[in-house]
Amino acid sequence: MTATVAEDIVATARPVSVPRAYRFELVKLVSQWRIRLLVLACWIAPGLFVAAVSRQSTLPVDTLFGRWMHATGWAGPLVTLGFAGTWALPLLTSVVAGDVFASEDRLGTWRHLLVVVRSARRIFAAKALASLTVLLLLVAGLAGSSVVGGLLAVGNQPLVGLDGHLLTPGDAAGKVLLAWVCVLAPTLALAAIGLLGSVTLGRSPMGLLLPAVVALGMQLAQMLPLPAAVRLALPSYAFIAWNGLFTSQAQLRPLLIGIVVSLVWTVIATVLAYALFVRRDFTNAGYDGSGRRAVTAGALPLAGVVAVTVAVVAATTGATGSGIEQDKVQRSLATVFAHLYRMQTKQLNRPEVTEAQLKATATCDKGSIRVAAEGPGNDWRCVVSWHLPGVEAAGTAIYQLDVTPDGRFMADGDGPKEVNGYFLVRTPNGDAPNPLWQFDGNVELLRTSKE
Amino acid sequence: MDTRLAVRARGITKCFGDVVALDGVDLDVARGQIHGLVGPNGAGKTTLLGLLLGLAVADGGRLEILGTPVQRALTAPDGVAGFVDGPGLYPSLTARQNLTALVALRGRDAGTAGVDDVLDQVGLTDVADDQTRGFSLGMRQRLGLAAALITKPRLLVLDEPANGLDPAGKKHVHGVLTRLAADGTSVVLSSHRMDDLQALCSEVTILATGRVVFSGPLSKLAAENRELDYRLLTSDPQAARRLAGDAAGIRIVDDTGARHDAEALVVRALVPALDELVVQLVHAGIALRELAPVVSPLEAAFLALTEPKETGR
Repeated sequence: MTATVAEDIVATARPVSVPRAYRFELVKLVSQWRIRLLVLACWIAPGLFVAAVSRQSTLPVDTLFGRWMHATGWAGPLVTLGFAGTWALPLLTSVVAGDVFASEDRLGTWRHLLVVVRSARRIFAAKALASLTVLLLLVAGLAGSSVVGGLLAVGNQPLVGLDGHLLTPGDAAGKVLLAWVCVLAPTLALAAIGLLGSVTLGRSPMGLLLPAVVALGMQLAQMLPLPAAVRLALPSYAFIAWNGLFTSQAQLRPLLIGIVVSLVWTVIATVLAYALFVRRDFTNAGYDGSGRRAVTAGALPLAGVVAVTVAVVAATTGATGSGIEQDKVQRSLATVFAHLYRMQTKQLNRPEVTEAQLKATATCDKGSIRVAAEGPGNDWRCVVSWHLPGVEAAGTAIYQLDVTPDGRFMADGDGPKEVNGYFLVRTPNGDAPNPLWQFDGNVELLRTSKE
Repeated sequence: MDTRLAVRARGITKCFGDVVALDGVDLDVARGQIHGLVGPNGAGKTTLLGLLLGLAVADGGRLEILGTPVQRALTAPDGVAGFVDGPGLYPSLTARQNLTALVALRGRDAGTAGVDDVLDQVGLTDVADDQTRGFSLGMRQRLGLAAALITKPRLLVLDEPANGLDPAGKKHVHGVLTRLAADGTSVVLSSHRMDDLQALCSEVTILATGRVVFSGPLSKLAAENRELDYRLLTSDPQAARRLAGDAAGIRIVDDTGARHDAEALVVRALVPALDELVVQLVHAGIALRELAPVVSPLEAAFLALTEPKETGR
């Protein structure tokens, strides 16, 4: 009988392994028509968009690198990246990560899943990994498709960087791919917020919308004249900070800070989501989330993270103001002007001149009255001076600058028209506007070590 | 530890905040037995089924499933399967994909796991490759049963498995459950339908407000010393009514409801008194054409045990 008793006692079933649960979650995600549609759209639409826009006479000059879409196929992926950071990635994270837990609430399948997998921890890990995989697939599609579209429509030409210097096609390719890799960090942060919303708010539509709402809030914050420390302390800054890769002296500090902040948000939001999930009572089939819990266990800790990050960034970088200062604007404008002047000289078949020979400088003021030349605004007015070899008198040109709070500026030539007026120049890809007429640049919000 | 029992629960309590869902519940389910769990809404049936599936852990008491004590959530032993609050199905997957994904989760091959076999058992072979999005409630129930069967359970826990089933589907499911029990699988199922329980279960447990008010064989429940309403159709209704009115232990129920025609006589009595009335009717030359309880003994017992006692007016 002893043997019979021993046989009859059944061991506790082992939980399903994470790889198996992960495969199951992937099967469920990929079987959804909206996920399939998104994958298809992300792998096709950007390429078509870039190819179509690159062949139009009017370019999206308001978007960074948009004005160079006729010149090189590498501008298209960067225009797509700018658009993706603002709209596409927050929405994609909403649909994928923001729904990965809530969908089980909607379908009433939690109990079934728990009985089968037997571990809330492993379900969490599998769901997080599966949504991450799908997001990576979507981001890879956006990047890959826009690169292919740009290269097929325009070609593998050098790219004009944000300070006017030319990147070889190889450099451009490397930096474009690096820029896309960098925005994975804020995308992960939004995905973690999506997980948190999905866990906390259950079937409530707010869970699905949370990443998009948070991203929109952060974008609005980035548009306000906030101190640079606050700007850098938000994970959304990493959606902008990749700009710094496209200057000859790469502006890595803001980019690294943005990435670290994003990863900190990713870890904290994921840990919060995990803690809430494993404590959830699954005996309630119709879980609609708890507003109070969303605030106390979700919003408040993340607000605390923002406060701490602002303090740390301010203390370690000294970035307490807007970061847009007169000397930085002047130096940045002069650098871009010198690089583009050299390009213009070549396009006009004039004797070649180097940036060192030009010795370009800029003098900038802000506003028509005597106010401190500091901060964002469209009332910056600058005079650029330069020297040509063998010519004693310095050349001068006037620019109106529109500087946005994130440090990006658009310079608009205001004479003389022979230098920075609108006229066409001949380029290997056909006629193009005078490069000194209107151009983009950026001001690094943090003080560089040279300063 | 009684290893002949698939489930042995003693003094199980479970609370949700201030609400006591289960209050000192005892339950024994033998191996190979189909055990019914009945009770009004909110009686604690789903909570108890959830404990058996390991979804939650009791706040107090002792629960052994398949001979193994269960002390933490999600630690039910291998061999327990089933569903509560409806089967968990993914509408974007076909019936076959739902089952294939399930067996893949358990590290088994869909071909050898018998996906086609269980689909055939529950009568869903024809719709195996259709998305479950368009399935009726009955089809979903059957697929949920298939999902449980594919794990080759030793204890099957089902919450209202006959919900939404048409008569043919119900017969199909009953056949599956009966065969499982014959093969040694224990089945615990909840239902509001007494005919299902009578057709399937050898024992039932009746819960009311979290407490067990009856547990045992159906025959014992039906034979409890309780007065029932019986409907009699005789060849002479007037004479039968007079006899019933004079008979000891018989009360005529003045039921003029639509379901009783004028020829019918409804009396309330214990079985011995009813037997005596039948004898008297026959001696008086009155033919007895029909004699049946107005509600089944099981249902009557259920109502008597679970309906709140009326306070004296």
